[in-house]
Amino acid sequence: MHVEEKLTAETFPASPEKATLEGKNKFIGFWTFLGGETVMFASLFATFLALRDKTANGPTAEELFKMPLVFVATMLLLTSSLTSVYAMYHMKNFDFKKMQLWLGVTVLLGAGFLGLEIFEFNEYVHEGFKFSTSAFSSSFYTLVGTHGAHVTFGLLWILTLMIRNAKRGLNLYNAPKFYVASLYWHFIDVVWVFIFTVVYLMGMVG
Amino acid sequence: MSTLARKKGVGAVIWDYLTTVDHKKIAILYLIAGGIFFLAGGVEALLIRIQLAVPNNDFVVGGLYNQILTMHGTTMIFLAAMPLVFAMMNAVVPIQIGARDVAFPFLNALGFWLFFFGGVFLNCSWFLGGAPDAGWTSYASLSLESPGHGIDFYVLGLQISGFGTLIGGINFLVTIVTMRAPGMTYMRMPLFTWTTFVASALILFAFPPLTVGLILMMMDRLFGGNFFDPAAGGNTIIWEHLFWIFGHPEVYILVLPAFGIFSEIFATFSKKRLFGYSSMVFATVLIGFLGFMVWAHHMFTAGLGPVANAIFAVATMAIAVPTGIKIFNWLFTMWGGNIRFTTPMLYAVAFIPSFVMGGVTGVMNAAAAADYQYHDSYFVVAHFHYVIVGGVVFGLLAGAHYWWPKMFGKMLSEKLGKVTFWLFFIGFHLTFFIQHFLGLMGMPRRVFTYLPGQGWETGNLISTIGAFFMATATVVLLINIVVTTVKGKKADADAWGDGRTLEWAVASPPPEYNFAQTPLVRGLDAYWIEKMEGRKGLTPAEPLGDIHMPNPSILPFIISLGLFIAAFGFMYHKQHSWSLFVGIAGLLITLGSMFLRSVIDDHGFHIHKEEILEAENKGVKA
Repeated sequence: MHVEEKLTAETFPASPEKATLEGKNKFIGFWTFLGGETVMFASLFATFLALRDKTANGPTAEELFKMPLVFVATMLLLTSSLTSVYAMYHMKNFDFKKMQLWLGVTVLLGAGFLGLEIFEFNEYVHEGFKFSTSAFSSSFYTLVGTHGAHVTFGLLWILTLMIRNAKRGLNLYNAPKFYVASLYWHFIDVVWVFIFTVVYLMGMVG
Repeated sequence: MSTLARKKGVGAVIWDYLTTVDHKKIAILYLIAGGIFFLAGGVEALLIRIQLAVPNNDFVVGGLYNQILTMHGTTMIFLAAMPLVFAMMNAVVPIQIGARDVAFPFLNALGFWLFFFGGVFLNCSWFLGGAPDAGWTSYASLSLESPGHGIDFYVLGLQISGFGTLIGGINFLVTIVTMRAPGMTYMRMPLFTWTTFVASALILFAFPPLTVGLILMMMDRLFGGNFFDPAAGGNTIIWEHLFWIFGHPEVYILVLPAFGIFSEIFATFSKKRLFGYSSMVFATVLIGFLGFMVWAHHMFTAGLGPVANAIFAVATMAIAVPTGIKIFNWLFTMWGGNIRFTTPMLYAVAFIPSFVMGGVTGVMNAAAAADYQYHDSYFVVAHFHYVIVGGVVFGLLAGAHYWWPKMFGKMLSEKLGKVTFWLFFIGFHLTFFIQHFLGLMGMPRRVFTYLPGQGWETGNLISTIGAFFMATATVVLLINIVVTTVKGKKADADAWGDGRTLEWAVASPPPEYNFAQTPLVRGLDAYWIEKMEGRKGLTPAEPLGDIHMPNPSILPFIISLGLFIAAFGFMYHKQHSWSLFVGIAGLLITLGSMFLRSVIDDHGFHIHKEEILEAENKGVKA
């Protein structure tokens, strides 16, 4: 199938992200890339676990973390993963408008998460928990901040795709692009589940 | 628009190489850049050996010696061996699997330019206040205390070139998974393709820990982090772990492709199919897997405890088993074969005893209790040079001679090639064999001088003489390249006459599209099968038609340049506050170029059937 071909809901293939060789390459390449990202986050988690008790007389996890804020942030991000699933569902059904709508909701939820994270970091700094306070603070900001940078990049990426393709709709050239962006978004979500558990829950009770 | 067979001016050629996404041209770029860094690392090695030739020497002392030593190791691993391996992969792998290009031609170019700018950045340190000086391992307890910006050059330069390597690894993984010609099943892939595949998987999982280690080091040195500073609760051992979780697989990333090169060469010049092909594949995968289980054998004396040391010692020794399988398979490939001692074959035959010696000292080092004696002595220096030079460098030299006609269309002179080989082979053993004994006699590594009367004088002098043999060999190789480029014999498609794999079925150098028609692969050693059945070319899998090609692009160059600028900006932000804006501007250049790449459609172009026919006919006549 040719990438720029005008398609209809009837002729649109079942797996548009893998219908062309370029799409298939992107699909496999991106999964591979996520394998590397997993190892990168694993290294950051390992570093954090080694240093999370090394507070050097600075604030500890129990003193800092507040459940309500983190819980709301978590719910926002988890929901955004669900809405991105809806977006991909509509992409496969060749319903461009609904896909854009759900991607828009995803971006709003992601932006909400990011806003809360910035607010949270700002609070911590005012409570005397700076990047250079202790080994714990450095490893906390690096792990959670790297995740936040991924969220920021993901938001910019999805927005770019939405605006770029707003007028021309779906085809087999951009379908793989939407698909891997949503994969990226899910990955960010999965990493957050681990951050929520290892950093926040274990920080408050363990 | 035809891009075939056009005469170009110098400017157009440079622009062509700056924007190319063709894997064959990228291979040449990797070869040239890696070759230049190899010469730089070689000069550094000579300076080290001159300083150590006699006791109490004052040729290069103290801090300067530390810088040269650090840059020798860092340059040789990251900026010479890695790109030269990538040069071979790019030149050969897509053709070996019957593909027209790699899966991501744009990313292929990006990977090269990131490596290149990272390497240039690292070497800028020589002119901007001093090079890194904490050894190529840059242990945190030492590197955090290093004044000046040397270590920052190390951290940022390796970060940039590391991204390039990671991108290259992903590219080859996907290429081998999706781009194989019809009939090219996994168990019909040539061994070099297999080793590239496994090495790429190792890159994928080994480079992220290095990335994290470098980020932490950058945070500590430039942005007030406390990861490695015990005073604020940090732990310097974290760096050692992260570095070696990368660093040990890195050895296999380098040596597995070298094994692949030798496997091709042994089969070709013994005129036999590779002995035990499936066990070779199995051994390659097993080495790749075990390569991740042994990193702590670099840290036996760090105090991890007897249980950890015992586990890592046993795992390390286990690697000798699949490696031994390979050694015997190569020997059995030669057994009863019709052997031709060409230059590549000489390297391959010399590799076996040289590498086995490195392996034996490897098992000696793996015995944790004994390692307390060898640790930080010249014994270790001798061991890893036997593995890296006797394995990787021999492999790269063999591969360069073997595939040179394929890459450039000219045969290298066999006479000069053999002179290079003998000088290099003798020089190598002269330099490093004696270092085993210097180490056992107690000479510590990394020292810039030593006192007379400890029995180390003769050994060091011999070692230095050997280094000059290797330098002479390199000069002969360069002469060989120049002479044959000017007036060498034009190479046939099947340049050695006994080619077995697909790359020998296409012209030397191959046309831009590699295969006019995608070949049908009917077994292992696909081209050999066709030749044995009396055919001249490959069996096509498709009718002749238009060929889709990717567009060239300058963006990979600009993306990498942006990071190069950003690295300078962030490095000097403590001295000059405006420098931070330079850093941000550099990042914006990179992100802006990525944005352009995302929003500008790039559908590539087609080479039409008529042009292909014309080019193919011309190729037959010439």
